[in-house]
Amino acid sequence: MHPSAATELLHHILDFLPSPVFAVTLILLKIGLIVLPLMGAVAYLTLVERKVIGYMQVRLGPNRVTFFGIKILGGFGQPIADALKLLTKEIIVPTGASTFLFLVAPIVALVPALAAWAVVPFGGELVLSNINAGLLYVLALTSLGVYGIIIAGWASNSKYAFLGAMRSAAQIVSYEIAMGFALVGVLIASHSLNLGQIVEAQRGNVFTWFWLPLFPLFLIYFISGVAETNRAPFDVSEGESEIVAGFHVEYAGMGFALFFLAEYANMILISALTSVMFFGGWMSPLPASLAITPVIGTLLGDGIHWFVFKIFFFLFCFLWFRATFPRYRYDQIMRLGWKVFLPITIVWLVVVATLVILHVPPWFDAT
Amino acid sequence: MNAVVSYLKSLTLVELVKGMGLTGRYLFARKITVQYPEEKTPQSPRFRGLHALRRYPNGEERCIACKLCEAVCPALAITIESEPRDDGTRRTTRYDIDLSKCIYCGFCEESCPVDSIVETRHFEYHAEQRSDLLMTKEKLLANGDRFEAQIAADRAAEARYR
Repeated sequence: MHPSAATELLHHILDFLPSPVFAVTLILLKIGLIVLPLMGAVAYLTLVERKVIGYMQVRLGPNRVTFFGIKILGGFGQPIADALKLLTKEIIVPTGASTFLFLVAPIVALVPALAAWAVVPFGGELVLSNINAGLLYVLALTSLGVYGIIIAGWASNSKYAFLGAMRSAAQIVSYEIAMGFALVGVLIASHSLNLGQIVEAQRGNVFTWFWLPLFPLFLIYFISGVAETNRAPFDVSEGESEIVAGFHVEYAGMGFALFFLAEYANMILISALTSVMFFGGWMSPLPASLAITPVIGTLLGDGIHWFVFKIFFFLFCFLWFRATFPRYRYDQIMRLGWKVFLPITIVWLVVVATLVILHVPPWFDAT
Repeated sequence: MNAVVSYLKSLTLVELVKGMGLTGRYLFARKITVQYPEEKTPQSPRFRGLHALRRYPNGEERCIACKLCEAVCPALAITIESEPRDDGTRRTTRYDIDLSKCIYCGFCEESCPVDSIVETRHFEYHAEQRSDLLMTKEKLLANGDRFEAQIAADRAAEARYR
């Protein structure tokens, strides 16, 4: 159903509500439509991660917890069992911890990861908030997430948690810069901060998407994204083998689950942003002429399913990295961020600016 | 020249992509997981699991209370007390193995001159309290009766190496 048609229908059903109440209800419904599938995706991403890493290590991964004893669904009950386990566990606040900060930290970590979805365009009109400063909003919120980690490390009153928080803070500050510069490249190329318009600027085919002219920036953005979410090989802030579990050693039960949710929601967010900014968001890689084929035309044409597919691909890359690369040493991370990524992004910004000024086809001839 | 090559290699992420290619290949490789309760790995006849005391075919217990196993046990898990029986032979009145101490080294089995104390292939047992892990003479003899066929077959298979 077309989004505006759906709104029309809701108008009819909820006719009795006064208009401000209706507006709020509508927004809450839209938020629910984004957040609930996101939570489901996070839950099942944990299963997919364990499966993929298991398969790459020639294991099977979880395959026991099932629904109603149906063998083919083996493993599908696992995230639900895990969630129930975490929900029923005790929340332990360590002695000497700053209770308020300790309890607030997981929320601070999770909220930005969810709030950033407000500006992500799922389709031409499928966006919760079509604001013109979308890119700035995303940058601001993705950097806010680190506060949750720092507060958690500080409030835990534990040396390992504190070390993890310090590492995480330094790492995210370093990679934020390269990430920001990579996004400046997108900004130059698309002449817009609005994520919807950034996608529109890539209209055409696979080769007019920004990944080609901005290839180094795409790589740097994605790798910085891996670093921002503290995923392997940049997971020194968790570093099981060195500092136990880093910033969340002292958390149990739901507090730990919230950090987990935040990490995975951030992974999905980074994947979504990468596909929006470099891989044409909801656009189909197939030629537009295929979209008018009967029956399967909607599948071949632009649509949210392509967006989901692209997100899934990048998520798979996250898991692939984790299964492949050993953890970076701390000084190597710093070297990579400051001495490799930063110079490359700056050089490529100059290249992109030149391409834009010279109106190089097929990317920049329209503007 | 080498410096330039290695610089280009790291800049183009060649080695990282190679590594990902390797893990990507293993994604489709045959999985070697043994799904335990349904599938089991093959066992050696020398497997050292739960202990048992054997009997001769006529029903007489083999153990002659020589206490070699008690002496050799590195974990001091075996306790033996003995008395002469009415027919004049020396027999154990108590033969305890504390499984919570036992390290399953198999020395008791090797030291036994009459093949009485043996370790069976059975390893899927559990206890719900500590006292369940204290194997008494009765329990050990019962184990022997239960697994005698397997024990005898394993001894026969191993006979040429002993």
